[in-house]
Amino acid sequence: MLGPIVFLPLAAAAVLAAVRRMPDGVARWSWVAVTVAELALVSVAIARYDTPAGGGLAFEQQVPWIPSVNSSYHVGVDGLSLPLVALTAVVFCACAVYALREDRRPRAQAALFLFLQSVCLGVFVAQDLILFFVFFDLSIVGMYFAIAGWGHGNAARSALKFFLYTFMGSLALLVGFIGLYLAADPHTFDIPELAAAAPLADSPVVGGLVLAAVLVGLAVKTPTVPFHTWLPPAHTDASAVGSAVLAGVLLKLGTYGFVRIAMPLLPHAWQGWSWVILTIGIISVLYGALVALAQTNVKRMIAYTSVNHMGYVVVGVGAAGIVSGGAQARELAVTGAVTQMVSHGLITAALFLLAGLLQDRTGSYDMADYGGLAKPAPRYSGLFAVAAFASLGLPAFSGFIAEFQVFTGSIGATWIAALALPGILITAALFLRAVQRLLTGPTAGRSGGFADVGVREGVAIGGLLVLALVIGVVPGPLLDLITPASQTVVDLVSR
Amino acid sequence: MTGASGLGTALLWAVVVLPSGVGAALCLTGRRADRPAPVVAVLTAALVLVGAVAVAVLRPRTTVPFLPRAPFGLGVDALSAVVLPTVATVTVLVLLFAAVDIRERPARFFGLMLLFVAAVAITATATTLPALLFAWEIMGATSYALIGFSWRESDRVGAGTTAFLTTRTADLGLYLAAGAALAGGSGLALADLPGTSSPARDVVAAGVLVAALGKAAQLPFSFWLSRAMEGPSPVSALLHSAAMVAMGGYLLLRTAPLLESTGWAAPTAAWVGALTALLLGAVAVAQRDLKQLLGASTSAQLGFVVLGAGVGSVSGGVAHLVAHAATKALLFLAAGAWLSALGTKQLSALHGAARRWPVVGGTATVAALSLAGVVPLSLWATKDDVLAAAMGSSLALYLVGLAAAALSAAYAGKVLWLIWRPLPADAEAGYDTEEEGTRRIALLEKVPLVVLAVGAAVLGLLVWPPAGEALRRALGEAAAARPTVPELLSSAVLSVLVVLAVRRWRLPGPRWAASWLGLGTATQVLVVVPVLRLAEALARLDDRVIDRAVDGSARMSLRAADVVAEADDVGFDGAAEGVAAGTRRLGALARRTQTGQLHQYYVQATVVLAAALALLLAVR
Repeated sequence: MLGPIVFLPLAAAAVLAAVRRMPDGVARWSWVAVTVAELALVSVAIARYDTPAGGGLAFEQQVPWIPSVNSSYHVGVDGLSLPLVALTAVVFCACAVYALREDRRPRAQAALFLFLQSVCLGVFVAQDLILFFVFFDLSIVGMYFAIAGWGHGNAARSALKFFLYTFMGSLALLVGFIGLYLAADPHTFDIPELAAAAPLADSPVVGGLVLAAVLVGLAVKTPTVPFHTWLPPAHTDASAVGSAVLAGVLLKLGTYGFVRIAMPLLPHAWQGWSWVILTIGIISVLYGALVALAQTNVKRMIAYTSVNHMGYVVVGVGAAGIVSGGAQARELAVTGAVTQMVSHGLITAALFLLAGLLQDRTGSYDMADYGGLAKPAPRYSGLFAVAAFASLGLPAFSGFIAEFQVFTGSIGATWIAALALPGILITAALFLRAVQRLLTGPTAGRSGGFADVGVREGVAIGGLLVLALVIGVVPGPLLDLITPASQTVVDLVSR
Repeated sequence: MTGASGLGTALLWAVVVLPSGVGAALCLTGRRADRPAPVVAVLTAALVLVGAVAVAVLRPRTTVPFLPRAPFGLGVDALSAVVLPTVATVTVLVLLFAAVDIRERPARFFGLMLLFVAAVAITATATTLPALLFAWEIMGATSYALIGFSWRESDRVGAGTTAFLTTRTADLGLYLAAGAALAGGSGLALADLPGTSSPARDVVAAGVLVAALGKAAQLPFSFWLSRAMEGPSPVSALLHSAAMVAMGGYLLLRTAPLLESTGWAAPTAAWVGALTALLLGAVAVAQRDLKQLLGASTSAQLGFVVLGAGVGSVSGGVAHLVAHAATKALLFLAAGAWLSALGTKQLSALHGAARRWPVVGGTATVAALSLAGVVPLSLWATKDDVLAAAMGSSLALYLVGLAAAALSAAYAGKVLWLIWRPLPADAEAGYDTEEEGTRRIALLEKVPLVVLAVGAAVLGLLVWPPAGEALRRALGEAAAARPTVPELLSSAVLSVLVVLAVRRWRLPGPRWAASWLGLGTATQVLVVVPVLRLAEALARLDDRVIDRAVDGSARMSLRAADVVAEADDVGFDGAAEGVAAGTRRLGALARRTQTGQLHQYYVQATVVLAAALALLLAVR
């Protein structure tokens, strides 16, 4: 089941890359077709998914790969990864539909994004640290070309900064992985085996160092303060779909690493460091929101809100390590953190596609260049306003479900988490300011003659927001998927 | 599930789902729905009213799974059985009025109003914190969109932003309360909150209290209501009388046992309510704009509701809430009718307005007298019910409340005398200052006023037997303190005296009161500006320090690479080349011996042999 899901896009990418004479239209539509097929495959997987007993994996598959270091092609999904697999399929499909208007090398773009989709899915299904690392690194390579090749402005520089910074992070991650490998007896890179063994349980110093390496690697990718400065330029200079994938999916590779690797494999170190992690989360929430509030460039603003939103995830997983808090509360915090990953993926991808339209229509992201967009572009304004409210955590959208659980659970575990609460207020302020500056008032600046959202753009953006709405109103199915897995994580981290 | 409760549950869901579905459809359809929107909305609201009355009788309770261990619970009890039909009735009447009054984009307007109503219906019937917070914030968001409805005018959108952000600041209390409830082990059902273990319970109570005070525009949050007056009049008539603001007071009535259980939260609520009633009453007296006056009065009157919750008079509080809803909705609609007809809401320009349209004038008079607390109208009785309970708690509280009642009489009397003055000869000069007046008030606009006037007159029955007895029994307050005859008489006399005095003497309008106690300015200076400054400072820090450090480390790496490259060129490569050059030089030297002349070779051989001999002798 997982093999086709992960490798179908890669195979399609190879075909697209090889067939040089393919007409642009065929390339664009075959990209859409493959992502739709992926959506169908993932839907089948979700329909057939049955929460495995005892915190195990579903659709598990293991093939020897590098036997000399006990590394295998081991894949499988559970309630932590399946929602993110689904998110990946959705975001890439929305991007394929949005990019139907792309006229810059559409064949190459389709091939690149299909490659990226494969490696992102690979990270989420990987159950072996080396496999995880390979996919993780390939995603960085893919994203580098996506920014450098289809970006604008200072794209080459931003892409290089993105690449070097996150690549350095992944090296830290590799050091951590090797530490885990060496500590395990027998040596292995297998994630479930390492989780069962918790190899560094008795050596707090080494465990702490290994966790530090893993944390730095994941913190760069997430990104948390102070490792976040690659994000704003990467977003500002990336194309709309590049930004959507970067924010919607790639940031989740970092946060997913917390719940998949750091917490279950290094429970004691995680407990010991949970106050630090919680503090970093709170700082990310407040700092990200405040810096976003000061931005005048729409895309930079949204980029900083990602720092804020990923901060909630870090708060949730940090609070989950505070074992003096009740298990119920900590489970809720982890469920909220995973929900936030999905929610942020949907909503922020929509916001970046909307921001990309600004550049597409007028070449400017500067709020001061706009005003009263609601008159020439009512559909755009409606979608932007809905996305903004969804992002600020309005109930009936997925963000509320995520943030309510993160806050209730984290505050339930420790009072300190309440310090992050002003984050949702500042986020509200910055989005309302953006809505006010861009959409309302007299029509001014570049707003005149702004071409409204077209059908394909509307389908892509609207589809993402409808999903956020569905999760916000009927969160049950998603939460039923996540909750058993977050219970497992909390059990593992409480050892 | 029996047949009746099954029907009740279905109806309860219908009351929530119907307006939200129709409202969303109207918003999404946009301009094409402009023509049918008013009719569709009024019919929907009428169905919601029918459903609300039915569930008030059937009293269904239902929960559906929502979040892990935190279901979405709705239910109708004695309290919501009173409030829900009230909100629904006012909604129908306000929408009827708006069908004529709102000409700009009706589909969006009525769609948002219906979404708002759905949120209020959930708020009023919520039995768990997630359900409450869910609806609570949607109320805030729809009110933002309704206040800033005319989005071309930046001021109005800004007013919506102020309202949303201020109330959301207070809403953080509910997030905190939910976390504290979990920490305190009580679960998230509203009824279970008083059972939270001790330190957590105080946090829960504080969180709920702050959230409710923010929504109810109590001190120190009141200023947002002043800005909110920039919204369309029907919005004020619904949001700032019967719903939204009233829901703040309602939440405290619903959680009165929680407030009581902490020992400090109930007295705090009582005092905040009483002081808001007093100070915002003074603010209302000082206003020169009719809607501003009514807005301040809303804060003040909700103060009595909050006072009721604080002193444990839920029946008095809810009666006051309902009576105030009818009274204030009427006054806002009358203000809206005059605004549309005359183009102004300045009190100085409204001299004699009541004489031009006697129905509007007459009904507004009933409402103003009720607001003044003139016997036997509704607010006289309900307010005294609350004050009686306050008396039971502390004399000071009662006296503050009585002073606040006198201020109500003052500002209501101010409006009353003014609109009945003879129409000045140059009345037209004051008109059309805010918009182009139509000089007409349609029949459809007058009908709701008449119905509301009846409510404003008779809803005091909610505190008198038999309705009052039934309500008190249902709320478990059968033994609650009732106003004594001297109390009733003194307040009745007081209000009439004040109203008469207002005719005779001009009311003062000090700056501090006219500016809403400077709360808006204070918030701007103490909160908004510092936060924006901090944000800008952090953004600079981000660019100039953190990011530059990253770039700097990249440059350092390059420079280090240069140094190493230099070392490589000079050091290793230089050494290698040096060896090569030395070898070459040695080679050149060695070549010099190859002269080709035999005698020189003999000499060389002799020298070598001599040297070898010397070496042999030396090492021996």
